Amino acid sequence: MSDPKIRVIVAKPGLDGHDRGAKVVARALRDAGMEVIYTGLRQTPEMIAEAALQEDADVVGLSVLSGAHMALAPKVLELLKANGQQDVKVFIGGIIPDEDEPKLLEMGVAGVFGPGTSTDVIVEQIRAIVN
Amino acid sequence: MVELKPVLEGNRLALSRLLSQIENDTGAGREALSELFSHTGKAKLIGVTGAPGTGKSSLVNQLAHHFRNPEDGTKPKTVAVVAVDPSSPFSGGAVLGDRIRMNTLSGDPGVFIRSMASRGSLGGLATTTAGVVQAFDAAGYEIILIETVGAGQAEVDIARLAHTTLVVEAPGLGDDIQAIKAGILEIADILVVNKADRPGIEQTERALKNMLALAHPTRKVFSNHSRVAVDLEELEDEPLWLTPLVRTIASDGTGVPELLKLFYDHREYLENTGELQRRECARLANELHLRVERSLVEGWRASLADGEYQDVLDKVVSREVSPHQAAAQLVKEEQR
Repeated sequence: MSDPKIRVIVAKPGLDGHDRGAKVVARALRDAGMEVIYTGLRQTPEMIAEAALQEDADVVGLSVLSGAHMALAPKVLELLKANGQQDVKVFIGGIIPDEDEPKLLEMGVAGVFGPGTSTDVIVEQIRAIVN
Repeated sequence: MVELKPVLEGNRLALSRLLSQIENDTGAGREALSELFSHTGKAKLIGVTGAPGTGKSSLVNQLAHHFRNPEDGTKPKTVAVVAVDPSSPFSGGAVLGDRIRMNTLSGDPGVFIRSMASRGSLGGLATTTAGVVQAFDAAGYEIILIETVGAGQAEVDIARLAHTTLVVEAPGLGDDIQAIKAGILEIADILVVNKADRPGIEQTERALKNMLALAHPTRKVFSNHSRVAVDLEELEDEPLWLTPLVRTIASDGTGVPELLKLFYDHREYLENTGELQRRECARLANELHLRVERSLVEGWRASLADGEYQDVLDKVVSREVSPHQAAAQLVKEEQR
C-alpha cells in the first residue's frame, strides 16, 4: 500500500482571469507533497463540484478576485452536499473583504486566505483539517 | 470492504471512492478489483502518448466529444478518461493539469475524467493505472482513453495496457534520426501529427513517413517480460497492420474524424485477426508478472530484520561491499 495523498482541487470560479495566486498555491501544495488537480480559469460551481466528485478530492480551494465570492461559495458548498461530498473541505483565497470572512465561515467554508497569507499557513491548515 | 453494487449500478461517487482505494493500493482496493475482474474485458482501451506539449489532452478531449456525439448517428458511447501526470521526485506531490483541456466535457454524465499522479513509476503510467482502467471497464464505460505523462522516448508501458496506441507528435520535435530510434514511435498503432497548422509540419511529416518506410513492416510482439509464446510462423498468413499517419489540429478538431476512422479500422483489424486476443493475453501476462513481482518484493521486505537493509546499505555507501554482493546478502537462499 502506498501512502494516501491529500488531493486538492484548485479552481478559479467566475470571470476574473487572474490566476497567479491560484498557481502559487498549487505549486506550494505540490511542494508539500499533495496532489493538486488544477482546473483552470472560468469554472462554474457545477464544473468544480463535478471535478471534486470525479477526483475524490479531500479539499477544494477556490480563488476569487472578482468579488463574487458570496454568490459562488454557497453554490459550490450546496453542490458538493448534493453529490454526497459534504465532507470535502472548501477554502477560499483571493480578495475577500474582512466583513465577509465570518459569513463565509458560517456558511461552512473551512478557511479564508487573503493576500499576504503565507503558503506555509495554507499547507498547515489543509493538513490539520484533512488528518 | 468496498460496496461494489453501487459501482456496478453507475453510482459515480462510489466509483470515485473505489478508484482512490485502487490508486492507494489498499487491501480493500485489491479485494474489489478481484471481485470486479469478471466484469471486465468489454471496454475499448485507447492509449494516447507523446512528448509534453504535443496536445495529448486536447486530442483526448476531441476524441471524447466524437464518441459522445457520433457523426454516423450511432448511439453515444460512455467515455472514461484516465489522465496521468508526473509526481515530483522530491516532494511526492503533483500538479495534475490535464482537466484544463477537457473543460468542455464537463456536465456530461456519460464522461468520467480521473487524474492520476505517476507516484514514482517511470513507464509513463502509474503502477495502479491498470487497476483504475479495470474499475472503469467493470463500471460499464465503453471507451477508456488513457493519457500518459508527457513521454520522451522510453515510456512505452501504455502499449501493453491499451488496445490501440496513438503516438502524438508535433512539428519541430526532432530530425530523421530521432525518428528511427527504438521506443515510443515504434509502439504507435496510429501516428498523429498534431498542431498541423504550425510551421515545420511538412518536414516532421516527411521524417515520420520516411521512418515508416525505412523497413519492412513487421509484426509487433512484445519481448520484455510478457511471457507469452507466440509462434510467428503460424501468423504468416495474417495481414499486417501498417501504421498510418494522420494530421490533426486538436484545438479546432481538424483531422479528428479521420483519426477516429483510423481507430475503427484498427479495431476491426484487431478483431478480425487474432491480434486482439494476443494483446489481451500480453496485457494480462504483464499484469500478472507485475503482481508476482510486487508480492515477492513485499514478502522479502517483511522478512528483513529491523535495520538489516540500512546496515547493508551503509556498507555499500562506504564501498565495503558492491551493490551486487549486498543484494546477495539481503535475499536469502530460500527466497531465490
